[in-house]
Amino acid sequence: MKVSLFVTCLTDLFSPQVGLAAVKTLEHFGCEVDFPSAQTCCGQPAFNNGFPEQSRPLAARMIRVFENADYVVTPSGSCCAMIRDHYIGLFKGDPAMEHRATEFVAKCYEFVEFLTKILKVDLSKLSLKQKTAFTYHYTCHLRGLGATGDPAIKLIKQIRNADFTPLEKAEQCCGFGGTFAIKYHDISGAMVKDKVACGKQTGAGVMIVNDAGCAMNIGGACHRYGAPFKVRHIAEVIAEALEPLTK
Amino acid sequence: MSQNKTNSSKSFRLPLPVFHPDFLNEAAAASTDKALHAALDNSVTKKDYGRRATLAELPDPDGLRELAGLIKRFTLDHLDYYLELLERNVIARGGKVHFAADNTEANTLVAQIARFSSSKLAVKSKSMVSEETELNQALTSQGIEVVETDLGEFILQVDNDHPTHIVMPVIHKTASDIGRVFAKFFKTPYTNDPQELAEMARVYLRDKFRQADMGISGVNFAVAETGSIVICTNEGNGRMCTSRPRVHVAIMGMEKVIPSLDDLPVFLKLLARSASGQSLTQYTSIITGPRREGEFDGPDQFHLIIMDNGRSKILAGDYRDTLRCIRCGACLNACPIYRKVGGRTYGSVYPGPIGALLTPLFNGMENHKHLPNATSLCGACFEACPVKINIPELLIHMKEDQNKLGITPSSQKLLFRLWSWGLKHSWSYILGQKMQKLMMRMLMDKDGWIKKMPGPARGWTIERDFPAPPKESFRKLMNRHQREQKRNKKKNKPQAQGEGQNV
Repeated sequence: MKVSLFVTCLTDLFSPQVGLAAVKTLEHFGCEVDFPSAQTCCGQPAFNNGFPEQSRPLAARMIRVFENADYVVTPSGSCCAMIRDHYIGLFKGDPAMEHRATEFVAKCYEFVEFLTKILKVDLSKLSLKQKTAFTYHYTCHLRGLGATGDPAIKLIKQIRNADFTPLEKAEQCCGFGGTFAIKYHDISGAMVKDKVACGKQTGAGVMIVNDAGCAMNIGGACHRYGAPFKVRHIAEVIAEALEPLTK
Repeated sequence: MSQNKTNSSKSFRLPLPVFHPDFLNEAAAASTDKALHAALDNSVTKKDYGRRATLAELPDPDGLRELAGLIKRFTLDHLDYYLELLERNVIARGGKVHFAADNTEANTLVAQIARFSSSKLAVKSKSMVSEETELNQALTSQGIEVVETDLGEFILQVDNDHPTHIVMPVIHKTASDIGRVFAKFFKTPYTNDPQELAEMARVYLRDKFRQADMGISGVNFAVAETGSIVICTNEGNGRMCTSRPRVHVAIMGMEKVIPSLDDLPVFLKLLARSASGQSLTQYTSIITGPRREGEFDGPDQFHLIIMDNGRSKILAGDYRDTLRCIRCGACLNACPIYRKVGGRTYGSVYPGPIGALLTPLFNGMENHKHLPNATSLCGACFEACPVKINIPELLIHMKEDQNKLGITPSSQKLLFRLWSWGLKHSWSYILGQKMQKLMMRMLMDKDGWIKKMPGPARGWTIERDFPAPPKESFRKLMNRHQREQKRNKKKNKPQAQGEGQNV
């Protein structure tokens, strides 16, 4: 199975280890992963700030870069939602591009979605070196993807030596929201502090956060105010569990 | 008092009253108010979970919300027809219908009805439309006593305060706050016991119910087919206001009409569940006209005031879906921003996500530039809305309009133009990455975090640290990985089969 990775601009720069972990995971489960290096950004920030005309050329570029891909997999839920919710609408009135956008949308998957819906992975043979307590932050754009957060939790629970405690107000936004975190930082700050407090309450050592923006936000608050848990993408956890098998 | 612009002889009022219009500073203050956050978690967050739990009891809650949205859309598409049908049927059942173009006219009509019916005292059940028009002040200034009978609204009236939530008007006050308000008003010793406080209000209001000439109510749904109005309350005050007094005046926004009684159960199943996690409110009244000949109970006169106040303009535009709103408050309860700043911050009759759209739509976008921007676009409101208003999409559309109208500072436009240009080409993307990495790694402390971001990004580090980019980007890691894979393939060529990929 040929899979093209859409790493996303944030992951590329700020959490490259997540991108690599996703690649290793996909390869372990039988995928041939390529990385079209001409990719840049899905255009979400311009779109969300009401500048669709600045977003459109970036969307067109994305579609072009991945034209020959069978599957496009991304470790970021919000980028996938941007593509699914808005790419076709961006080219309204341009039937040729609308058609290409429709085809592109049809082959885009978020990482966990791809593992569960397409690869149908079973992680029960995997094991972590040490017993680890996990909790899970439900990233907002999963609402748009139709997932209820449960697929990721199921995957975590399958891994041996992984314990799970649900997070209170798991589905409450962490306060990232792109430029919102800067423009309305007071409100954003209050939101992320709430998220960290709920994380502390679980007693978990790791909070699974499957989006680069959320991870930067929650991680940044953990570092500023101190927290007993680390923030990790599920790809990193799976890749860690796969290590002994790939050596 | 609210801020309404007036100029010389012809007084110009904004459609919605605006209270303390300083969103940024109010939000900053509220964001650090831990007591407020605790109160909100105890009320709105609980109601949100109640909504989820009671909706899950239904066989197809998403299908029901879809249907409710479609009925609303259909009705709005034929609003003129359904309003005329409603009018005909109210009149046929012995009621009177008045169309009010704006808030001033609505108030004038109520005052006129009071004068013609010699009504000196009016009891009122909750109506958001009457908050829009500031009806109480208008009537009081004309010598008509108005008493709010919803306990929350009564407390606010007595304290000269404003509601901060569409459904639960007084969640910003604690029992102690209310105790102080009542001690002052009733001139009785202070108590903060909720049961004692409720009893004080009850005794006072009972007298008012007995003496009132007029009852004023809102309308949850107006049924065109039968000329009925539907009122949902938990306190029974709606029933008291509309059965004892001689005259009943019901005020509604023109978008509240639904086609037939067959449509009503769709909305009744969703309203209380969405608002407060109840399968139905304690009291649901379907009122069709005044008392008929031979009947014992009910008012002599029934008046329905149907108000526009800017709705027809919204109907004609891109934001007509906002008129589907059944004022359930579910979006407020779900909103992570509302949960941190509370209703008062929005400074409007309609707070929360729907208010962030309605307030600029009614009053002009140039008057409320922050409301559609103070969102993380998380989508909780859309998920909660029983009539599926795509609030996040409409908020983005409003930002687009703000940009086109020049309400957004031009520096923003320039920023995004530059940003977009930089991402259109691989060379500028890579260069931009390298520059960002260089700059940020200069700013970071020894464990790779930045305490103070420069320039426009400093808002981030006021609240939390910013991660510096690692030395190697993903591209470097990927290149290395792909080289390793190639080497391993060459090494393992003789045993190419049975790599054992799947564990």
